[in-house]
Amino acid sequence: MSKQDKITEIVKRISKKTAAPDPEESLFDSGYLDSFALTDMVTELEHEFGLTIPDTDLSPRRFESIARIEHYLDSRANT
Amino acid sequence: MASIHSFGRYLPEQVLDNRELGRTLGCDPEWILQSSGIEERRIAAPDETVVNLAVRAAQSCLQQAPAPGLIIVASGTPERRFPGPAAEVAHRLGFAGVPAIDLPIASTGALFGMSLASQLAPLYGPVLVAAAEKMSGPASAAPVDKNVAIIFGDGAGACVIQPEPGGLEILDSLLHSDGAYSEELRLGFAGPVRMNGMAVIRHATRKLPEVINEVLRRNQVSSDTVSAFLLHQANRNLIDRVARAIEVAPARFYSNISRYGNTSSASMLIAASEWHESAQLESGDTVCFAAFGAGFHWGALLARQS
Repeated sequence: MSKQDKITEIVKRISKKTAAPDPEESLFDSGYLDSFALTDMVTELEHEFGLTIPDTDLSPRRFESIARIEHYLDSRANT
Repeated sequence: MASIHSFGRYLPEQVLDNRELGRTLGCDPEWILQSSGIEERRIAAPDETVVNLAVRAAQSCLQQAPAPGLIIVASGTPERRFPGPAAEVAHRLGFAGVPAIDLPIASTGALFGMSLASQLAPLYGPVLVAAAEKMSGPASAAPVDKNVAIIFGDGAGACVIQPEPGGLEILDSLLHSDGAYSEELRLGFAGPVRMNGMAVIRHATRKLPEVINEVLRRNQVSSDTVSAFLLHQANRNLIDRVARAIEVAPARFYSNISRYGNTSSASMLIAASEWHESAQLESGDTVCFAAFGAGFHWGALLARQS
């Protein structure tokens, strides 16, 4: 399963929605995430990808879409 | 064993609803409601000080209470750096000479105050704990953060804790602090309230259930037997999240945040005061208080009806 697929599955699980969001779709505008679901998703991302996401990185913009989440995870892998 | 003798509260008269606030902030009133659970909040008059608010709340709970031997006043929004409001509150209530302590720790002030009161009451006699806040000003100060400005309101709550058993007896309390997060929710000497909302949510949703479970476990009380949970009224979604985490029906978490917003340290005692008026407790019923806030500070207190 690709990284993007894993992220999508986490978003679907957290949001309890069966339809997969478009990679560029705003997860907040589409109702997949709110402030509380974001923190749940961050916890699952940490478990799935074996990293710790610091509080300073917890901005909704960074986790706005599947694509942005993937970009963030890639940036963490490169540091 | 110390016990809670009485509660009191004071809410300012002016009501600010979401429609009016939304117009001021340029945001949708429905968004305010959905993101916070708040429909309206109270705004103190310009000449109403934190001392005024605390005195009014204290007067309402001192009516049939014994005179205090110690006064604790929690407020994160005093009018001056020092002295804080406690000494003036004591004076205005007619208790000059009674030791009065300020607790400027915002949201958890009432909980910390009650915990300390329960342990100091055997030494000082009855302890008045008052919590008063004028959050509306700092919450909407420039530069405005809408996520902060929609949340807060003004008000005061109070309780008297006596050294003798009777009424709601305080079984235990747990307090925690971690200054590693002191920048995440703060109010400086000037400017608005600053809040890293995601960090606050992240830690509150973990630490509140943990400390509630901790105090229940220490006293061999299971969450499903607790009659009522009285939390700091930070956000309705947070309260519901805590209920889910400890597997208790949300209905057992008394909430008035829809009417008063987040009144910081005052909120838990305002909620307790309202709840207590209609609560029909039987001997042995337990009640759990809990709060999380700036500091970070957090804690829980367990009481049982005698």
